[in-house]
Amino acid sequence: MTHATINWISESVLRASTHRPFRVNETALVGHQQLLGEVIRIKGDEVIIQVYEDTTGLRPGDPVSGTGSELSVHLGPGLLGNIFDGLLRPLASQGVHVEPGAGRQPSAKTYPFKPSVVVGTRLTSGTVFGTVHRPDALAQHCLVPPDCEGEVVEISPAGEYTEDHPICTLRRPTGETCAIAMAHYWPVRQPRPIAEHLPTEGPLFTGQRILDSIFPLACGGRAAMPGGFGTGKTVLQETLAKWCDADVIVYVGCGERGNEMAGVLHEFPALEDTRRGRPLMERTVIIANTSNMPVAAREASIYTAVTVAEYFRDQGMRVALMADSTSRWAEALREISGRLGELPSEAGYPAYLSSRQADFYERAAHVRTLNGEVGSLSIIGAVSPPSADFSEPVTTHTKRYVRCFWALDATRAQARFYPAIHPLLSYSEDADVLNTFWKEHGNPSWPAQRRRFLTLLEKQARLERMARIVGKDALPPSQQQVLLSAELINEAFLRQSAFSAKDRFCSAERQIQMMNIISQFIDLSEAAIEQPVSVEAINQLPIMRRLRRMGEDIAEDEMKKFDQLRNDMLSEFTQLTRSAATNAS
Amino acid sequence: MLADTYALGAATGVEGPLLFLKRTVNVGLNEAVEIEETEGPSRLGYVAALDHDVITVEVMDSTRGMSLADTRVRFHGERLQFSVGPDILGRVFDGVGRVIDGGPPVSATETFNIDGLAINPAMRASPTDFIETGISTIDIMNSLVRGQKLPIFSGSGLPHDELAIQIARQSRLRGSDVGEFAIVFAAIGVPFDTAERFRHAMESSGALEHTALFLNLASDSSTQRLLTPRYALTAAEYLAFVEGRHVLVIMTDMTNYCEALREVAASHGVVPSRKGFPGYMYSDLATIYERAGSIKGVPGSLTQLPILTMPSDDITHPIPDLTGYITEGQIVLDRILDRADIYPPVKVLPSLSRLMKDGTGENFTHPDHPALANQLYAAYARAVHVRVLASVVGREGLAGIDQLFLDFGDNFEQQLVHQKSARTLEQSMEAGWELLRVLPVSELTRLDDEQIKQYISAKPE
Repeated sequence: MTHATINWISESVLRASTHRPFRVNETALVGHQQLLGEVIRIKGDEVIIQVYEDTTGLRPGDPVSGTGSELSVHLGPGLLGNIFDGLLRPLASQGVHVEPGAGRQPSAKTYPFKPSVVVGTRLTSGTVFGTVHRPDALAQHCLVPPDCEGEVVEISPAGEYTEDHPICTLRRPTGETCAIAMAHYWPVRQPRPIAEHLPTEGPLFTGQRILDSIFPLACGGRAAMPGGFGTGKTVLQETLAKWCDADVIVYVGCGERGNEMAGVLHEFPALEDTRRGRPLMERTVIIANTSNMPVAAREASIYTAVTVAEYFRDQGMRVALMADSTSRWAEALREISGRLGELPSEAGYPAYLSSRQADFYERAAHVRTLNGEVGSLSIIGAVSPPSADFSEPVTTHTKRYVRCFWALDATRAQARFYPAIHPLLSYSEDADVLNTFWKEHGNPSWPAQRRRFLTLLEKQARLERMARIVGKDALPPSQQQVLLSAELINEAFLRQSAFSAKDRFCSAERQIQMMNIISQFIDLSEAAIEQPVSVEAINQLPIMRRLRRMGEDIAEDEMKKFDQLRNDMLSEFTQLTRSAATNAS
Repeated sequence: MLADTYALGAATGVEGPLLFLKRTVNVGLNEAVEIEETEGPSRLGYVAALDHDVITVEVMDSTRGMSLADTRVRFHGERLQFSVGPDILGRVFDGVGRVIDGGPPVSATETFNIDGLAINPAMRASPTDFIETGISTIDIMNSLVRGQKLPIFSGSGLPHDELAIQIARQSRLRGSDVGEFAIVFAAIGVPFDTAERFRHAMESSGALEHTALFLNLASDSSTQRLLTPRYALTAAEYLAFVEGRHVLVIMTDMTNYCEALREVAASHGVVPSRKGFPGYMYSDLATIYERAGSIKGVPGSLTQLPILTMPSDDITHPIPDLTGYITEGQIVLDRILDRADIYPPVKVLPSLSRLMKDGTGENFTHPDHPALANQLYAAYARAVHVRVLASVVGREGLAGIDQLFLDFGDNFEQQLVHQKSARTLEQSMEAGWELLRVLPVSELTRLDDEQIKQYISAKPE
């Protein structure tokens, strides 16, 4: 431990003088309350420390002690199903209010451990030495901490142990031994090591049509969803957390609303994971730094979350990290930078904003773990641009590092058209690698259908502009048909209610059925207007209402109804064209 | 700390709201100070920065007339505190919690730090109790629930005060467990007549004994405005979480608060962010708005209804923008509707209540409530879209179906948005169904067949 004394303090930043060696990013305990802080700069005899908690009452002369280690979090089998603050201290065990100076108390809770190695096994860092299967969570691996390796000289038998109880002893090649427990510490700003990066394959399937079928995200990919307030970022993040096919969800509420966190805690235990039939909460870790909690901890919360996510990835799991919102994190950087008197760059943000964002998004990957398994970490970050202006620095820099861009649109949100993802402003660079997925699920024409949908939506935007000048009726029938088809794509396919029990999750099979039916409708209506049949007549077919509502009317286990719908559509069109032919003759 | 500490003649400089003192006493950061003068009331402040030699005090009041020689500074040894008790209801306070109604001081039972403490998100109860305000556009389409923070985005000259008063007077909970309620009104830099109108309205409806008023008038110091909502919320938290009441906090006008924040930040030399507002405005506003909520196992709740006037009616201005990112929705008032004599002039499309989904529908209000709200939104959005078309090509240039939507839009504003008196939820919903009946069933895609049969096709007698 190294010591220093405070000689200047304002808000959450303090300067302290010392003759001892402090290191940058070292964790420090500040004042008599031992508030958590971090060394952010060193100048001669003076260290600058940012404090993660309320600094009321601190004064010059108060002691500061360095812990010698970087800001680290405690990773163990107790994480799943729980809620933590931005520094990974459990919130469930705290009182009504978040009080400063609450350290991490070692938990007395025990977990069932089963060894998977014997004395004499050689273990390297990141390999598995046992498993924990809590009755209320997924089976988890116990990993050798990344800085430790050697031969097993002692291993505890199967049984109940606390997270920090040493249960395995390794002898390093140098002869010294290290004792390891189920849980270990890892510095948050340092990415956890992996064996190798693998090329992405397969989607992170979300059950949301506009994402999976139009703007899909590959497993291990990076996506951003920017949108002004009220465009549905949080609901979409929560929907993804509920229905995406990851093994573990890490949900970080960074500078967001407390009531939203309460909502998640209230709702998730009651919802069932579609794949396992177990409560969703069992696969979820929530990290909450609400907007009224200290700003410095908000900056750290993003790193805490990604470190937790990497820990599960290293156990060979598919992990999805939902970060809501990365803009608040960027603002925390700006605030701290401002207090340090750094030269502001664009919009007051520090010049290193973009490299920090790059560091964060680069931690998403599809990898081979040190244990030889395949794991992935997908990052989905919400961005809250001021005034919904996508040209602001956080959004533009984010665009450089993500492969999927899901732009949320206020006009759609105001019409309660959710998810309010704007099809013409959004993109996915992962679409090409996902052809195989859709082919395997029985839709080889997915790329062509997707292209066709997007083209129609593009045309719709152009024609609407024209219709605004000449009136919709003045458009030729072929263009009116484009408008009708695009409207159907929007209403029947892209719109999906997160609160409808039947439609909140849409399986690949159902997405394919719906895409096929809509493609068929486009074909039929194109053929019909050649007859000629008026677009108005098509729009008045009774089938239109059923098509527009098929998402909400036909549930997952009623796939047969799609055949019925298709047959009815065919016969209504046949009748329509036949009567048109009769009228013509 | 037992005794207060004094510093006399230690002042070395005054710069804007900042007072610099020689460090003759050992005080801690953020602790409250009182600057006492030979005459007049004392000024409040707090320790903003400290080093070995200098104490920097931020004065939460005007520094006019302050001198260095005879300035006596009293250090409280803790943060600014507010002493509250059951007597605070029915009383009038100034912006920093001093009684100004001529009555005796309140007998305090508890003392709280005015900044409060962040509620542990794991201990928050999820808000689900629907509040019926009697305003159709709020009840059906942007429902308010207990523990929510729902601001009114208004503009100068719009009837936001009337709306707030109406909500305060009419709000009621459906169902049996009504509980005790209270209203806390915080006037932040508003003219005297606004504050007086509110007091009068509460008095005439007999609700004054359930109301505590905190008045920081336009003529009061602007730096004090930063404290007013904090005193008011401390009182509200006491009423909600100690006395177990359901408290509605009305704060007007948050724009004045933000202006004061900008003024103080500038005098600190903070690097300005958008429009000169400090970068920490989001966090600062959050410390106010996040104090709404309800707590597991505690009977009361704290609901906030902040009012802000959007500068030049611009919703992208940093004040409404940051507020919208923190609060759980917003009710937007519109000048065009106001001019058309529609009251309350609620512009429904940009309005939103994020907690609506948790407090409406089966078990809360009516099973078909969410679908109705959804359909009204979709239809009205289309009507507004058609209106743009009609403005160029004229009504005659529209297709038949679009003309129906055009009429729907006008009727919606005249019959649903506009209302002379309070409506129950049932009355509001019936008005909504009535409007939808003129539209063809094929266009009502947000309603299922059952709802169509029940409300649209079978017209009730």
